[in-house]
Amino acid sequence: MFSFSFFYSPQCYTRNERRYMEKYWKEVRVGDFIRLRCNEILPADVLLLSSSDPDGLCHIETATLDGETNLKQRQVVRSFIDLDCEFDPSKYNSVIECEKPNNDLNRFRGYIIHRSGRRDGLYKVNLLLRGCTIRNTEEAVGIVIYAGHETKAMLNNNGPRYKRSRLERQMNVDVFWCVIILLVMCLFSATGHGLWMFQYGDKRPVFDVLSPEGTGLSPVLSAIYLFLTMIIVFQVLIPISLFVSIEIVKICQVYFIHQDVDLYDEETDSHLQCRALNITEDLGQMQYIFSDKTGTLTDNKMVFRRCTVAGVEYSHDANAKRLAMYQEVDSEEEECTSHGGTLPRRESVGSHQSSKVVLRSHSTKSHRRTGSRAEAKRASILSKHTAFSSPMEKDITPDPQLMDKVNEGATQMEFMRFHSQPLSQLPSDLSDIIDFFIALTICNTVVVSSPNQPRQKVRMRFELKSPVKTIEDFIKRFTPSRLTSGSNSSSLSSLVTNRSSSNRGCSSILSSPSAESTLTKLNEERLQTGRGTSPGLLEHAFSPVPTTTVDGAKPWTLGEGELRYEAESPDEAALVYAARAYKCSLVGRLPDQVTMELPHLGKLSFELLHTIGFDSTRKRMSVVVRHPLTDQITVYTKGADSVVMDLIRPPTDDTKGKRQKKILYKTQHYLNLYAADGLRTLCIAKKVLSKEEYAGWLRRHLEAETAIHSREELLFESALRLETNLHLLGATGIEDRLQDGVPETIASLRKAGLQIWVLTGDKQETAINIAYACRLLEPEEELITLNAESQDACAMLLEESLRYIQAKFLCSSSAEQSATKTFQQQQQHFTPFRIPSPAATTSSSTAPFLVHRLGLVIDGRTLAYALDKSLEDKFLAVARSCRSVLCCRSTPLQKSMVVKLVRNKLKVMTLAIGDGANDVSMIQVADVGVGISGQEGMQAVMASDFALPRFRYLQKLLLVHGHWCYSRLANMILYFFYKNAMFVALIFWYQFYCGFSGSPMIDQWYLIFFNLMFSAFPQLITGTLDKDVSAETLQELPQLYMSGQNSEEYKPYMFWMNMIDAFYQSLICFFIPYFAYADSDVDLFTWGTPITTLALFTILLHLGIETKTWTWMNWASIAFSVILFFAVALGYNASCPTCYSPSNPYWTMQRLLGDPLFYLLCLVTPLAAVLPRYFYRACQGSLFPSPVQVGRQLDKLPPDTRRNLLSLNRMKVGSLSSLFGPRPSLFPFSGSFPRGCGLRSPQTISTSTSSSSSCNKKQERPGGTKNSKGQETRSSCQSSKQAGNHIPASGLRTESEGQPHRQGSPRPLPGLLDPTEESLCRPPYRAGACPEPSALQQSGFCQLGNWTTSTPLLPPSEYLPLTAPPSGDAQNFPPAASPACTLLPFEGGDTCHLSSDCMAEHGHVTTLL
Amino acid sequence: MMASSYSAKEEDGHHPGASGAGGAAANGRKPDNTAFKQQRLPAWQPILTAGTVLPAFFAIGLIFIPIGIGLYVTSNNIKEFEIDYTGTDTSSPCFSCYQNFSWNSTLPCKCSLPFSLDQPFESNVFMYYGLSNFYQNHRRYVKSRDDSHLNGNLYSLTHPSKECEPYAHRDNVPVAPCGAIANSMFNDTMELFFVHPNETRSQIPLKRKGIAWWTDKHVKFRNPGGNGDNLTAAFQGTTYPVNWHKPVYELDADPENNGFINEDFIVWMRTAALPTFRKLYRIIEKKSSMTPTLPSGNYTLEVTYNYPVHSFDGRKRMILSTISWMGGKNPFLGIAYITVGSVCFFLGVVLLLIHHKYGNRSSSPDIAS
Repeated sequence: MFSFSFFYSPQCYTRNERRYMEKYWKEVRVGDFIRLRCNEILPADVLLLSSSDPDGLCHIETATLDGETNLKQRQVVRSFIDLDCEFDPSKYNSVIECEKPNNDLNRFRGYIIHRSGRRDGLYKVNLLLRGCTIRNTEEAVGIVIYAGHETKAMLNNNGPRYKRSRLERQMNVDVFWCVIILLVMCLFSATGHGLWMFQYGDKRPVFDVLSPEGTGLSPVLSAIYLFLTMIIVFQVLIPISLFVSIEIVKICQVYFIHQDVDLYDEETDSHLQCRALNITEDLGQMQYIFSDKTGTLTDNKMVFRRCTVAGVEYSHDANAKRLAMYQEVDSEEEECTSHGGTLPRRESVGSHQSSKVVLRSHSTKSHRRTGSRAEAKRASILSKHTAFSSPMEKDITPDPQLMDKVNEGATQMEFMRFHSQPLSQLPSDLSDIIDFFIALTICNTVVVSSPNQPRQKVRMRFELKSPVKTIEDFIKRFTPSRLTSGSNSSSLSSLVTNRSSSNRGCSSILSSPSAESTLTKLNEERLQTGRGTSPGLLEHAFSPVPTTTVDGAKPWTLGEGELRYEAESPDEAALVYAARAYKCSLVGRLPDQVTMELPHLGKLSFELLHTIGFDSTRKRMSVVVRHPLTDQITVYTKGADSVVMDLIRPPTDDTKGKRQKKILYKTQHYLNLYAADGLRTLCIAKKVLSKEEYAGWLRRHLEAETAIHSREELLFESALRLETNLHLLGATGIEDRLQDGVPETIASLRKAGLQIWVLTGDKQETAINIAYACRLLEPEEELITLNAESQDACAMLLEESLRYIQAKFLCSSSAEQSATKTFQQQQQHFTPFRIPSPAATTSSSTAPFLVHRLGLVIDGRTLAYALDKSLEDKFLAVARSCRSVLCCRSTPLQKSMVVKLVRNKLKVMTLAIGDGANDVSMIQVADVGVGISGQEGMQAVMASDFALPRFRYLQKLLLVHGHWCYSRLANMILYFFYKNAMFVALIFWYQFYCGFSGSPMIDQWYLIFFNLMFSAFPQLITGTLDKDVSAETLQELPQLYMSGQNSEEYKPYMFWMNMIDAFYQSLICFFIPYFAYADSDVDLFTWGTPITTLALFTILLHLGIETKTWTWMNWASIAFSVILFFAVALGYNASCPTCYSPSNPYWTMQRLLGDPLFYLLCLVTPLAAVLPRYFYRACQGSLFPSPVQVGRQLDKLPPDTRRNLLSLNRMKVGSLSSLFGPRPSLFPFSGSFPRGCGLRSPQTISTSTSSSSSCNKKQERPGGTKNSKGQETRSSCQSSKQAGNHIPASGLRTESEGQPHRQGSPRPLPGLLDPTEESLCRPPYRAGACPEPSALQQSGFCQLGNWTTSTPLLPPSEYLPLTAPPSGDAQNFPPAASPACTLLPFEGGDTCHLSSDCMAEHGHVTTLL
Repeated sequence: MMASSYSAKEEDGHHPGASGAGGAAANGRKPDNTAFKQQRLPAWQPILTAGTVLPAFFAIGLIFIPIGIGLYVTSNNIKEFEIDYTGTDTSSPCFSCYQNFSWNSTLPCKCSLPFSLDQPFESNVFMYYGLSNFYQNHRRYVKSRDDSHLNGNLYSLTHPSKECEPYAHRDNVPVAPCGAIANSMFNDTMELFFVHPNETRSQIPLKRKGIAWWTDKHVKFRNPGGNGDNLTAAFQGTTYPVNWHKPVYELDADPENNGFINEDFIVWMRTAALPTFRKLYRIIEKKSSMTPTLPSGNYTLEVTYNYPVHSFDGRKRMILSTISWMGGKNPFLGIAYITVGSVCFFLGVVLLLIHHKYGNRSSSPDIAS
């Protein structure tokens, strides 16, 4: 801990008014006061001291930090809420103590100590993090706590890494070998020279020139001198020009990638950006892809699809149709857009649509017509602060049936209200519907804003009241009627007075804070809205918003046209928009009050008593409101079905209870259907509290709120106490839209042999859901889920998973493997081009780990343990055997750690793709970082090497450009090595004939220009333009990508082969002229020039053999090279008769051109030199063509033949895979685990028994226990799975079963469920460890012992002992709980933790096996 | 950071105007759909398989073998005679000269070697001297000359280049011509006598001019002060190289062939590429079409043995040769062509077999399925 005290300092950030000065970010220091305006980005971690918001709130958007495009509320430090509206830094005189800078974004602890000695705790909610954007808050003032590199955002960024491509690294090894070869050659020459000198002894021959001083050198000394001379002569061998050429080629490659029209996104008018120029070829060698989920795979746009209320399903078919229509209309409209003005085409869809269009044209000022999706997209980017405002989310066509019911309900309520009848007389289904929509509308943290002043929070304030913060407050509020007044309310009222005075300038409408006034206001409101016209007060209330023309007949359209919703999570927004479609619109939200508008009823203001936010453990959120109509304190809860269903109050036995039970049952049924459709499911429930209950709860809640230590835990418990005995209202299904082409891209990339891991900060269910939707996980895949509470548990889990994988896959007799084998064989058999199947190649190259049809899911906490030094190897061993890996709830740093681990330990090429700032460190760590541009800020793009507009472009980027870049560059590098070696070797051979004197027969200028000019251009053209396989074929046969992964274009031995070839060719090029001119009167350079020419021809021919596509540019460059050489030679040889000592090649070339011998040499030598390579290539093409060569042959075929062939190929592979893993349709994971216990009906078990036993007949494993059969024969049961959606072996929803939720689908068969059992077996919500068998299953243990799976042949009673729940549940479960039930309790992944109990139990189980 | 974050917005905000101006502006950043930029240039895509390269191999074979045979025949038609007069063998007439002569010897040593030609030499006969083991291509040796000096530059004449060291000055007098190459100039003189059957000898006239490259004689090499008569004056103030016995202006009596433009000197200065080399010495011109230039019979080679090769185990030869269009006698190129052609032909056959056996599979993949 460090502490610092502040005094007023004029160093402030914004606005040159008063003493606030504008400053650069870099000048911001810890302790500075900073004033921020709306939409400004925080330059440092700032403690919020003042906000223009009267409630001391400040909204920030943290998209750049965690990728969540929602608004988060931050609060002014408690003691500063009471201060004046204008915070005066000069009067600040407190001391802040806080933690040392750390990288935990979700934690901040500290104290502020006032002069009075009072201490106030500082929490995360007080801290504004650097990089966030201020939203919805006019002005905020804060003090800088961490600045610069100490900010949490910066600490989460591992600085940039110098990236060097794998190819270059490999190349550098060979450059090193070149140096070795050079030294060997020099050493050889030096020794040779020494010996040559030595043989003459004292007899000094005339040609041995003395040193300028006239003294002779000893052989040893001259050998040493010669060694140095030779280094200079042979230095061409070190391919300096290679590096230059590579850079040039890479720039050209980048240019072409940039220019690819397929990578251009019309919607955002952006194309791919290559931000790193030096790692293009790495794109062709990727082995692992680490992807972010939100915004990368998905659009992060939620669309409301269907709902069920009170057990009745409303399918919203029109909605689905409309969504489908969006896609079609888009393409047409985009075409039309280019021709000029378009008319909105969707008018025909429905009246709602048409009215929408009209309204849109109203708001053209800010938005323009959002007709086509392209424009809509642009508009959504434009208004990206208003997250989730795409038309798809807003446009929801109400289900007519439900609409009628809403209207009916509202009419009845209105009627009752006017007649002062108690609302409880309302038919329960109608009241459920109304409550359902109220819950949808208010049970969230959506902030309402108006587009005309987007940053202005809409204020509809009828009274000024803070949320219930103290018990006194509560007492005071409820005093007049029921509770005795507290004596100490004076201070409070004074506080309120203070605030009202201070807020003069901030809020336009203020009224005295009294309960009476509330009532009157409310009454007024009711009366006015009751008349059904737009009330004057309403406009008055909207006073900051300029009055717009409002269609009086449709009051709700006011909200629709004017209000925008900014939600914490996109599904909340989707729900609010959905409710608005039913004319239940959220009009305003204040900390203490929510206003919504209902049909017929008009505006209703709910007094918001508490908002209990969402957290990942509870998986739900609640609001506590006072219902304005019934005046009851009502809790609305919205959450994951898995948890909410467990919290429903058990129905009683009377008729009402029976009905309840039926509703529950039906709802569960529909939830399963939704899950099967890949929708995100949420349950909506409510609870009415009596005043006494509320008071009781509030007391403890306030205690928790004020607690300084373990405040979070206490609040958590308090929330748990509240959310019990709920009344189920309904459920919703929301679609999390994937980006276009994501499943196809993933399938294609996977075919290309890429391992795809998804690292997301999202919660586990969502991640799994999306993984299924984008085909990252296949339903037939088994899923290993790792959720561990402690290091030891994690270690155990990993150990067991590993053992399980080994047991399952490495034992050769397993059905799965043999099936896989046959599959591969068949696949190979069927592919006419003998393209190795992905599995075959990967297994051969990355042995010994086979990639199985397994998925791994791991959460952030477990990941933290798994990434520990001691466990990382095991984790990797497990992870790499899985086909796909999902890391949920991972922090930015964890993401980068995972990438780093895989990169360093597995020595593979990694690509990280993400769009948010939370992906930055991952992007930087990976070998190639790809940013998705245009979604969430620019941080990911800034850190990335490549920025893509959409995820699907990754396919072409990798499969086509990556492949090309890699193969081009690899070939060019090899060619360069060859070329230099070949050229230098010529001189080396000559040393044998010049007494190793270091004399070159090639003119010095040719030596210099040879690499620089004569032979440079053709290889650059080839390196830039050569295409081994066409783009179409590369995309259609992703398998070709594997050549890059396995570095097939440039393997280490190829360097040596090239060297040998180079030496051979140089021998030919040297000795043919040697013998041709032997014992003739040829002079040194007349002999050397033909050799240069021959070498040039040879290397050009060599290049010609290696060139795969000959465009006119290739021809031109080669012609240019030859012409250039002769032109330079002729010019050079004619230019100066006395210059260029010592060669002085005057008129040499001219003479050679008149010599027939020269032409004869030029004909035979290059041909003889390249003959072996040419022959080898021909043989290779015929005898053992690589897949790439096959692809080229495919290219040569006429287009239609080729298409047929490819489709044939694809079809066969596809049909094979469908044979192997049949899936009638996509049944993505529902995102939650068994919900409650209704599922374990005897019926289910019997179903599974029959189906799996039929499998067992097919494949009886000798020696296998009965228990294990269901598991072992799973794959052979695929056919039976295909037969129907009833999945065998679904006794337990184990993830090992591969199709977890589908199994659930048949479970709640109406009428078959025994009601008592159901109620009995519902487990209470338990936050702590739950050492139940379910925990084991969830942790992936179940896969080990097949005991957890269906056990189909055993009657239920027989497996009871195995799975008896621990005594901890006893009080909630009568011991008589049926055997079936004990299997059922199952809770979401995060809450179930493995404990030693589990282990013990597990041990027990395994011994039973 | 701020700017970057908002750039997208600003651009978009600016966009309506742009799109209103015209549809083209809306897609301003869209890459051009040209063949070059989309990497779709029309291209020839050769695929190297046995089937496709077969014709090339046979074609090469069929072309090269006849060329080779032609070259071989041409080369064989060239007449060449070679005699080694080094004198390493004790029986050799030049033995004593070989043993005793050194650079320091002042008195010339003479020897005569009889030889006989079996066949008459018809056309112009070129007379070469050949040296073995003489590394004229030694790096320091090659460098040891001064081209502007040899080009008659007056300043260079008295100030030889540093490259000539240590053969640039002798007793502080500049050496002309300077450098090791000039210093080691071959200075044997050879005379050829035809020994008539009646034992009388008649000297065969040897042409001294026309043996050097025309450009060398007329461009590269020039006497200082022009090719005037007064060479002695021109070389005033210089001395001759240490291994020479006479100054450069006394190389020949003919002023057109004296001094730096002496063709023997020029020929020597063109350093040989390989340690065993020959250099053109004289030309025996064909007199008339009726008689052969050198009829068959006995000849005597009179050698003034001035050039010691003992120190480097060198050999000295005299070569008489006619030449063809492709130069001197060298059967190698013909053999090379025949060999390469045959190998190509053979490989072509191999490829034919491969193509026959495996070709169907790869070249027509569509049949496979």
